[in-house]
Amino acid sequence: MSHSSEDGGKEGRGKCELSLTVNGKPETVRVFPMERLLDVLRQELGLTGTKEGCGEGECGSCSVLMNGELVNSCLVPVLQAAGATLTTIEGIAEGPQLSALQAAFLECGGAQCGICTPGMILGACHLLNKKPEPTLEDIREGLSGNLCRCTGYMQIFEAVEQAARRRASA
Amino acid sequence: MRSDPADYELIAPGNLQAVLSLLADEPGEWLPIAGGTDVMVLYAAGKLPARKLVSIWNLPELRVIEILPDEIRIGAGCTYTELCEDEIIARDFPLLASAARWTGGIANQNRGTLGGNIVNASPAADSLPALLVYEAELILVSGRGERRVPYLDFHTGYKKMKLQPDELIRAICLGRKFSNYLHYARKVGAREAQALSKVCVAALGRLRGGVTGSVIDDVRIALGSVAPVPLRLTELERIAKGKPVEPELVQLTRKMTSAAIQPIDDIRSTARYRSAVAGNLVAEFLEQLRGSGKTV
Amino acid sequence: MTEEHIIGKSVPRKEGRDKVTGAARYIDDMTMPGMLYGATVRSQIPRGVIKHISFDPQFEWSKFVVVTAQDIPGKNCIALIGDDQPCLADGKVNHPEEPILLLAHADPHLLRKAVDGVSIEYEPLPAVFTIEDSERGSQIIWGMDNTLKTFLIAKGDVDSVWAKADYIVEGEYTTGAQEQLYIENNGVIAAFDREQGITVWGSLQCPYYVHKALMALCNLPAEKIRVVQAETGGAFGGKEDYPSIIAGHAALLAMKSGCPVKIVYDRLEDMTATTKRHPSRTRHRTAVGKDGKILGGEIDFTIDGGAYATLSSVVLSRGTIHAGGPYYWPNIRIRGKAVATNAPPHGAFRGFGAPQSLFAMERHMDRIAQAVGLSPVEIRRRNFLKPGQTTATEQTIREEIDLGKLLDRALELSDYTAKKARFAEENAVGPIKKGMGIAAFLHGAGFTGSGERYLASVVGVEGCADGNGTVRVLVSSTEFGQGTNTVLCQIAAEALDLPYEDVRIAQPDTNQVPNSGPTVASRTAMVVGSLVRSAALGIKQTLIAGGMIGGSYSPEEFRAACRLHISEHGQLRSYARYEAPEGVFWDDEKYRGEAYASFAWAIYVAEVAVDLSTYSARVEDFVALQEVGKVLHPVLAKGQIAGGVAQGIGFALYEKVVWQNGRMQNGQLTNYIMPTSADLPPIRIFFEEMGNVHGAYGAKGIGELPMDGPAPAIVNAIEDALGTRFNSVPLLPEDIFNAVYADGER
Repeated sequence: MSHSSEDGGKEGRGKCELSLTVNGKPETVRVFPMERLLDVLRQELGLTGTKEGCGEGECGSCSVLMNGELVNSCLVPVLQAAGATLTTIEGIAEGPQLSALQAAFLECGGAQCGICTPGMILGACHLLNKKPEPTLEDIREGLSGNLCRCTGYMQIFEAVEQAARRRASA
Repeated sequence: MRSDPADYELIAPGNLQAVLSLLADEPGEWLPIAGGTDVMVLYAAGKLPARKLVSIWNLPELRVIEILPDEIRIGAGCTYTELCEDEIIARDFPLLASAARWTGGIANQNRGTLGGNIVNASPAADSLPALLVYEAELILVSGRGERRVPYLDFHTGYKKMKLQPDELIRAICLGRKFSNYLHYARKVGAREAQALSKVCVAALGRLRGGVTGSVIDDVRIALGSVAPVPLRLTELERIAKGKPVEPELVQLTRKMTSAAIQPIDDIRSTARYRSAVAGNLVAEFLEQLRGSGKTV
Repeated sequence: MTEEHIIGKSVPRKEGRDKVTGAARYIDDMTMPGMLYGATVRSQIPRGVIKHISFDPQFEWSKFVVVTAQDIPGKNCIALIGDDQPCLADGKVNHPEEPILLLAHADPHLLRKAVDGVSIEYEPLPAVFTIEDSERGSQIIWGMDNTLKTFLIAKGDVDSVWAKADYIVEGEYTTGAQEQLYIENNGVIAAFDREQGITVWGSLQCPYYVHKALMALCNLPAEKIRVVQAETGGAFGGKEDYPSIIAGHAALLAMKSGCPVKIVYDRLEDMTATTKRHPSRTRHRTAVGKDGKILGGEIDFTIDGGAYATLSSVVLSRGTIHAGGPYYWPNIRIRGKAVATNAPPHGAFRGFGAPQSLFAMERHMDRIAQAVGLSPVEIRRRNFLKPGQTTATEQTIREEIDLGKLLDRALELSDYTAKKARFAEENAVGPIKKGMGIAAFLHGAGFTGSGERYLASVVGVEGCADGNGTVRVLVSSTEFGQGTNTVLCQIAAEALDLPYEDVRIAQPDTNQVPNSGPTVASRTAMVVGSLVRSAALGIKQTLIAGGMIGGSYSPEEFRAACRLHISEHGQLRSYARYEAPEGVFWDDEKYRGEAYASFAWAIYVAEVAVDLSTYSARVEDFVALQEVGKVLHPVLAKGQIAGGVAQGIGFALYEKVVWQNGRMQNGQLTNYIMPTSADLPPIRIFFEEMGNVHGAYGAKGIGELPMDGPAPAIVNAIEDALGTRFNSVPLLPEDIFNAVYADGER
């Protein structure tokens, strides 16, 4: 991992410089090691698409991909993300072209108020990466760490199924 | 977010030796943090007493699964996802695989570690009853060397355990001797996913032919969330061995289960409910054992 | 009739792209130069006198903005209906988490520590925590006798029915508090400027409610208060009146400091300090004839309002009016009462009193069925309201609704009869017991009685010349997931025969949009939509009258005509104001008449499995069939029903607020249990459309309807499965265990 400390003498105290790759772009931040990855993404890097819903790893609104694995960024101290490759919602679309998942969420009504949507799309992305042809059970289980209060999940499932079909036929 | 990051130190030496040196030099000063799924919740709530943390996340020495002919050794830094996805664990230790799948959602499974689950020692931890019935042994490591201890009496009280201030758990060892057992586990939470358990049961059992029919050859039953520590029902196991699985035995085990556990009323559930459900699940296990055909 | 080309189609959500790309900006995504963070010091006790406030000297308090009740320029109250709720406690507190003092600082971490650095000494007073405690009156905590409000609905001659009854059936039913649990916590940013006054950006449902509250609090005229709704991450009623409080707090801090101030709650603060669904207790006493027909009855409907009146009178009103369900009551007396307790005031949550009283009604129908020896299906069939009959408030049902047929369809869709028979057999063996349950109900959308007339909503539509669309809808109605933006643009597009893409909607900003009323009561599509249509047609008429277009035109021609008109006249705007329909009367004194312009009707059927090894109930299948006038947007409509049913399932089986001395103990998502994707059944949704003369394109309001049915359908199914009677929600495994265990011991 790549980081260097400054200030205050003893290693570990004070801010340190960390490098990480976010949505394909190398970033360097000067932060306290115990800042939450969520806060570093939102405040240092201005990537406000990742949301805080609970701060306790229950709602999944803060989900991002860290080295390809879905994690709750509210529970990751930023030091542990040093050198990591991160994907947030801002990195899901391919430029102006929406991903199959994003398009499916739009068509199927998978987003209502939208606050859970970034985390939900990351969760669905992670699921489809691991299981490109998920059953409904797989989808239910795969998204069980992402809470949605608006949709009752039905149209989210439809969106994921549709995206899976489209990705398969692409 | 109810803590100020400026008040905390976190370092990541990057290898086990360096971490152990730190713990040896300053025992009790540095809280090891692996995936953070417990520590960071306390931290965000403003309830983390520790101010100095040392990261043991992704230490290569801790994140291996060693497969030996007679046992497997799971690195304490392995995540629940790694446990779920390992074929040998799924086949030989299905109760550990299922516990891993039941712990939190996918995102938390990608970060939570087996070692963390043990050391956090929540009475409701999902994997601990499985470790009890599989008779896990822990390899503890420090600057002074390694020692291997049975998991059975590792927890001495609520959040107290036989771990020295300069020690970490390096690996969890499970003997590969349960292939002809019935493996049973059930977790009862407030909902199907992402739920702290109200009661959980892990059990193994095997029959053998007797004079008048099958009797219990070996049985191990462990429960979580019904005492300050995960419990092995050793007394009940002793009584049950050699007996046929009949209504009388099942009734007796219900009584003994009730007597052995110390469930409480808390924000999630009640003592009476936990007691009744624990009895039901143990009975269900025995019923399944009777019909299982799993014999010596 | 002309074919509709946009209404009835699932056009893309207007703000959908921003939501799926993370571009949508919610309050906590926004910052301003020089912005401070604000926080609230809150009461730790349920009731008492504040003796002393001390500030820990380790903090440099001169560097903090500190606001107390003494700093309030206007009236220390949250102006809503009764105005009894202070903005900041002044000497006395009446509920845990009551706001006492506000702090602001640029460093949010230091601010958090400073909140803990304020110590408050109280002289506690005895407090009241339940409806029964409140009624007992040994402590008077509000008014003369703790009663916030009462209503009486009386029809016919109830006292005469008891003697003629073949059966008299009694029952008492209770429902607990429920947290709205929008995934985005409450948050606002306020700025103050001596010239312009106060501007507040907020996560909120009703910009004009906040506007009104700030006028009174800050002692500023209307034109010096501006409220702007930001993208809002869920609301469900929880951001109907509460935002006036948090906005007031931020405004006071902004006024005192001269800096913008952001206040965003974390989950614990939001759950413990803000509004919840009113707990309720309903008592039924019903006279029934031998044939199962209701002769008459009395219903006592009581809700726990918490410490201040806030919205309780309106919740009570709706719950009281709906208490008789979709049945014909020749004689009825309904007494509604809201009482005060020392809990944070309860407030609006989808359904707004109706889920509570309808839970009781539908449980009670099953009880009546048992008493009379009829099935739950038959008892309902014999008592359903028919066209031409009157409701409890003597409103004549004018539409040709056939609830019997609706019931038949629901039974068929759910395979009710066959499953019930199969379960009766299968339940004999094994620990899994299955059952089927029905709920029949109605929901009146829009404000009750004279409410809409009182609101006098105004809607605007304007032509655009800025190249950003052809027309723009101007409403204060807010989007928070339910589809306001999309549906209102659809309506305008349909009315003007323009492509959906050509219609925009303005951000709800009180400087820019008229007051189209609050975004509540399932009124937006139906009432506001109607006005949007009128206002849109007004634009068209203006252009036609000006000779700029003919009766039929292409979108390009329309756009050009708008530009031309604007270049000549400066602007092109049309407003429509709500007018009460003819022949619709409501008597506020007698609480009698046309309570709602129209009702939506529904039959829900739940299939539930109870596992007696764990006493857990799971909904295995759910059919939601409703008559909604017109489905304006199939995907959105289905989404509303699915989401509402999910919340209803939570209300029934999972969501319990654990109270201790008036304070919620389980204010985190770990311990307040909301259903995950793994918990919900397939929710199968079906619509019927009978039209609605009072709603845009025939629509009836549907946002709240789905909240009313799931809880009673599920508990009816559990009783069917176990043969055990349950009268309360939430119904947790521990409750099922207690009842089954008690049954077993007998």
